Amino acid sequence: MESAILLETQDLEKNYTLKKKTLFGKKAEVLQAVNKVSLAIHQGETLGIVGESGCGKSTFARLITRLIAPSGGKVFFDQKEITAMAQPEVRSLRKDIQMIFQDPYASLDPRKRVLAILTEPLEIHGIKTAKERRELAYEMLEKVGLQREHASRFPHEFSGGQCQRINIARALILRPRLVICDEPVSALDVSIQAQVLNLLLDLQEEFHLTYVFISHDLNVVRYFCDRIAVMYKGEIVESGDAETIYQAPVHDYTKKLLQAIPKSIESNEE
Amino acid sequence: MSDDSNLLSVKDLSIDFLQEKTAVRAVDQVSFDVKKGEVLGIVGESGSGKSVTVTSILKLLPENARYTEGSISFKSEELLSMKEKQLRKLRGNEISMIFQDPMTSLNPVFTVENQLVEAIRLHAKLSRKKARQEAIRLLQIVGIQEPEKRIKLYPHEFSGGMRQRVMIAMAISSSPSLLIADEPTTALDVTVQKQIIDLLKELQQKINTSIIFITHDLEVVADLADRLLIMYGGQIVESGPAKTIFANPLHPYTRLLIEAIPHGNKKSGRLPTIEGNVPSLSEIPQDVCRFKERIPWIPDQAHEINPKLREVEPEHFVRCTCYKHFWMKEAHEKK
Amino acid sequence: METTEKTPSLVKMFLKKMLQNKLACFGLLMIFLIVVLAIFAPLIATHQPNVMDTGATLLGPGQDGHLLGTDNYGRDLFSRIVYGSRISLIVGLGAVAVGSVIGILLGLVAGYFGGWLDSIIMRFMDALAAFPFILLAITLMTVLGTGLINVIIAVGIGNVPGFARMIRGQVLSVKEELFIEVTNSLGAKQARIIFIHILPNCLTPIIVYATMNVAGAIISEAALSFLGLGIQAPTASWGNILKEGKDYLIVAPHIAIFSGMFILLSVLGLNLFGDGLRDALDPKTRA
Repeated sequence: MESAILLETQDLEKNYTLKKKTLFGKKAEVLQAVNKVSLAIHQGETLGIVGESGCGKSTFARLITRLIAPSGGKVFFDQKEITAMAQPEVRSLRKDIQMIFQDPYASLDPRKRVLAILTEPLEIHGIKTAKERRELAYEMLEKVGLQREHASRFPHEFSGGQCQRINIARALILRPRLVICDEPVSALDVSIQAQVLNLLLDLQEEFHLTYVFISHDLNVVRYFCDRIAVMYKGEIVESGDAETIYQAPVHDYTKKLLQAIPKSIESNEE
Repeated sequence: MSDDSNLLSVKDLSIDFLQEKTAVRAVDQVSFDVKKGEVLGIVGESGSGKSVTVTSILKLLPENARYTEGSISFKSEELLSMKEKQLRKLRGNEISMIFQDPMTSLNPVFTVENQLVEAIRLHAKLSRKKARQEAIRLLQIVGIQEPEKRIKLYPHEFSGGMRQRVMIAMAISSSPSLLIADEPTTALDVTVQKQIIDLLKELQQKINTSIIFITHDLEVVADLADRLLIMYGGQIVESGPAKTIFANPLHPYTRLLIEAIPHGNKKSGRLPTIEGNVPSLSEIPQDVCRFKERIPWIPDQAHEINPKLREVEPEHFVRCTCYKHFWMKEAHEKK
Repeated sequence: METTEKTPSLVKMFLKKMLQNKLACFGLLMIFLIVVLAIFAPLIATHQPNVMDTGATLLGPGQDGHLLGTDNYGRDLFSRIVYGSRISLIVGLGAVAVGSVIGILLGLVAGYFGGWLDSIIMRFMDALAAFPFILLAITLMTVLGTGLINVIIAVGIGNVPGFARMIRGQVLSVKEELFIEVTNSLGAKQARIIFIHILPNCLTPIIVYATMNVAGAIISEAALSFLGLGIQAPTASWGNILKEGKDYLIVAPHIAIFSGMFILLSVLGLNLFGDGLRDALDPKTRA
């Protein structure tokens, strides 16, 4: 089942320098948001990155999409070193790597109609004619469980779950190979979370997607991912098969995380 | 209602929000009691009316809200007819509240000491020095280490979990008989969430306050709450002792809420879902089972018209008869 | 959820809000009347605005067929005011157009790119704004010379810092929004992000500000003309009519009163309309 590596990071690092003003002038303090992270993501798999707020998981997501530049280390996508790419190359790389963010509303430009939002990625990369783009947008809209009529509406007319569906449609319209989901369901209601997770799984099968799934929710990650990497203070403290980690965690922090999951009476019996 | 063990008793409470020309019902005929020393969990998603219900207890609703029906009595006194002056005495004294966002609930320009001492002196006639000692004692209770040092810090110097602890310290400073916690752990990390829940449990036993705990996540209240109310579309759809509800959830919404939280891995198949969206208040169907649209596999005739809460086993109430047809879901999914 | 009704367009929602506001409607009416005066000036004016009649100077209102009387050269005051509205409108709109286009571009660049570019642009804007406006306009008019176009340029440049500052502030907050990062992650170029996403999200306060500034520009023109630096005689503008009226304040107060009143009403109308716009465009008041 071992398939080719799609994305690989080698000793990836990101430091932020915080300037602290003290009574006697400025003092620079270096914050290591991501510290020597080496990970490989295989074609077609889902890698979960778990950690609590401030552990560096979102920074990691932005590093591998080159939304921010690393302080050290390398990222390879499909054997090409993306950390060495110039801006125009990075822009065309976006066709292959897409992101879905946590806040479904804030991810959408409030002044654009859904149709314009969905056709924008195609427009940016100059793909197809205007008419074909519209058709593709309608098709994508139906794929994520919305209707054609929704195309003429504005984001504020939708619920959070529907907005996240629009975000997913926009991310997938370019047919990317890798999709990075940064807490895609944590802002949604419980009953909507399951819908969106199922949708992401369906789309993964249909488009043969590879996912990097970032979340703080171990239940969701265990369900959704093949492998898990646990991140703590910028470092990967444990990684491996999802079920193994869930059943037999090795690192203390992983154990602590697992113990903190609220369990209802029913699931205790499981 | 003359039952002395009831600290708070809400009866047939309905609240409307006025919007331009129409009135939208946010809370519809909600009744519940909170007994002394009891933890009541109110569970529901956005738009379920859970937050409106509890903020209405303190009469802190926005200006366009109207109490159209019902009564709220606290220690056998009617709150709805109470004067603002009397209410102010209750707020933060007899009834305290903690909110979701500990970041914005504290004033960033004052130290924790300032705010805590002020809160204490608002309710008890203590000297500054005494109040400070009390503040340190409270911080100790809520599990903040080295309280003598930390008390001098500003809110932004605390982590999210610590800030929520400070909020709790402030809320219990008046030894309230009722503590209302509105999603106090939603903004926090899981490990911190567990600590806060444990803390509330401990406090509840130590000082014997009643707690109303509001959350969108059933599992969070699983081992905290004595009783549960499940709300949907402004109504209570199921209520009863927490143990009973977890052992025997009946209303389709409750069942789906429990099932929607993943407990296995991908190999166990797709997650059971609830179709459709959480409706906004103005879209909610009236006079019928409000959950009808989201469980299309249950035939229309299985629903009641104008469904009422019915006691199906001792203390366990369910709205609408549709729950009896939940089994049809499997057949529906096979299709 | 399966409603097929079309969502009301933003324009419709905006109009609805606007019509509910009585003061804004009054403002709009004022603006409308002045626009009508300006467009149909030849039809509305009763006399030629620049034709003198030395036999009928300083006539009071209503005398001898002169609706608002005549000035010291015997020119019909009503007709001069009607034609003057053209100048006022052209200067008002033209100056705001010049000021907003330059100001918006500078503000966008400063706000989006930040750093030294931001410092240079904004310090320059500060310097410009530090000049009392009228002094700045006087300086510019002295350098450029008098004339309509130069009045527009002078008043327009005076408007630049306000627009630049305002849009820079907007850009600073909008560029931090998540959808900007998302657009970036789609591979968009900076020009697209700036003009297609940031600019439209900054426009609401700018529209309001621009409306109010038209009023300001009308006053500025009047002030410049009053000082003799703006529109030159014999062309009528509200400013220079007022200026001439000043000399006859005692014998013929109607000259100053009527020209001043038109300035007042147009400015009031624009300001009321601007206030209404602000309320109608505020998404929070939109249900």
